[in-house]
Amino acid sequence: MSWVTKTLNSTLGKKLLMALTGLFLILFLVVHLAGNLQLLLPDEGESFNIYAETMANNPLIKVVSIGNFAFILIHVIWAILLTKTNKKARPVSYAVSNASTNSTWASRNMGILGTVILLFLIIHLRGFWYEFKFGEIPTIVYDGITYKNGFAIISEAYSNILYVIVYVVAMGFLGFHLSHGFASAFQTLGLNHVKYSPLIKKVGSIFSIVIPALFALIPIVMYIQTL
Amino acid sequence: MNLTLKIWRQKNISDKGGFKDYKVTDISKDMSFLEMLDVLNEQLSDKGEDPVHFDHDCREGICGMCSLHINGKPHGPLQTTTCQLHMRSFNDGETITIEPWRATAFPVVKDLVVDRSSFDRIIQAGGYVSVNTGGVPDANEIPIPKRIADEAFDAATCIGCGACVAACKNASAMLFTSAKISQLAMLPQGQVERKERAEKMIAQMDSEGFGACTNTGACSAECPKGISLSNIARMNREYFAASVSSENV
Repeated sequence: MSWVTKTLNSTLGKKLLMALTGLFLILFLVVHLAGNLQLLLPDEGESFNIYAETMANNPLIKVVSIGNFAFILIHVIWAILLTKTNKKARPVSYAVSNASTNSTWASRNMGILGTVILLFLIIHLRGFWYEFKFGEIPTIVYDGITYKNGFAIISEAYSNILYVIVYVVAMGFLGFHLSHGFASAFQTLGLNHVKYSPLIKKVGSIFSIVIPALFALIPIVMYIQTL
Repeated sequence: MNLTLKIWRQKNISDKGGFKDYKVTDISKDMSFLEMLDVLNEQLSDKGEDPVHFDHDCREGICGMCSLHINGKPHGPLQTTTCQLHMRSFNDGETITIEPWRATAFPVVKDLVVDRSSFDRIIQAGGYVSVNTGGVPDANEIPIPKRIADEAFDAATCIGCGACVAACKNASAMLFTSAKISQLAMLPQGQVERKERAEKMIAQMDSEGFGACTNTGACSAECPKGISLSNIARMNREYFAASVSSENV
């Protein structure tokens, strides 16, 4: 299978991996958001807690979540590999650069945006994912069945204004990352067409605003509720 | 016009190089940018100094020989070649910074002259159609739809100047290589070597030390011939399709 590694090791192949993992992570964002919006239902977290428990015990979701971690890792590692190749391609930089006239800021700074998102992800996973999996979680009983009360941990975290600010700012970075990444992934896959490319660009712009905004809304609303 | 020129001077490929300031006076607004540099070089020659070396040939915007990174943009402020750029695009008293194109695959030979033979080697790897010798075929023997012919021609207008590499933050040669792959992939004459061409040209491009594509679009925005980004998408399709279906294991 040497031709597979040869293809994936080319600059185009590396970008292919970035695009495919990126598109999967975009899909994950939608599913994650749909689940988390249940935090805002006026039922003291009942639907969220039941949903979280169901997800944690579903074998299919377990497999997908392992894939999700793997794809994040591939997206990060290949980004580092590509950045190294790209830096090596221009060891001496220009004294004067006027790049703002030919490209967007986000497109030129995907690495910086991604690094901030990765840092946020570590904070996020430590604060919630790790606590849910390995931490001491209070329990709550609905209809005679005991559930982990994840809602309690989340609402406690979001009563801290600093935590809320970190989340909202991180979503801003995610928005900029998506504003380029969404359409760019399709271009890398070779999906460029006069009929669909303008549509992909538009959907990408809307996606990069709406999804991070809805994510940011959760800590903001939950913080206001604790006041 | 009176101008201050901040020009990159470098003796040879191994010299470290650095900027040097020059003053030029009484420059006409109607001069081309290269004619302005000719005036400077006459002054330098008169003083017995080494003139500023820069690439140029046709001065008609069709050969792709001229280069120069002017005030932070390849070929200067307009989307054209440096030879077609005129001094009316600048203001009296302005300081103009002139740098060579920066890329590992384009080493600086002297001053503003860079070696772009890496582009030639990409073409040599597969950017051609092998034709057995024999009688010249009739002009319209192979029917090609007008739309396809136009699109292939648009890709073929690439003059190989390297502005795409110079503009790209990754010094990537994707726009050049994709134009050269596209112009042949769309035409019937290019079908025989289609898969082999995509694989070989991209392997050569990578081995020359060009960077990868981030899809910023800077290349196309700066290209004097306006080569479209859709060529890069087509190259990706060509390459991935060739990888999975060619006989080349």
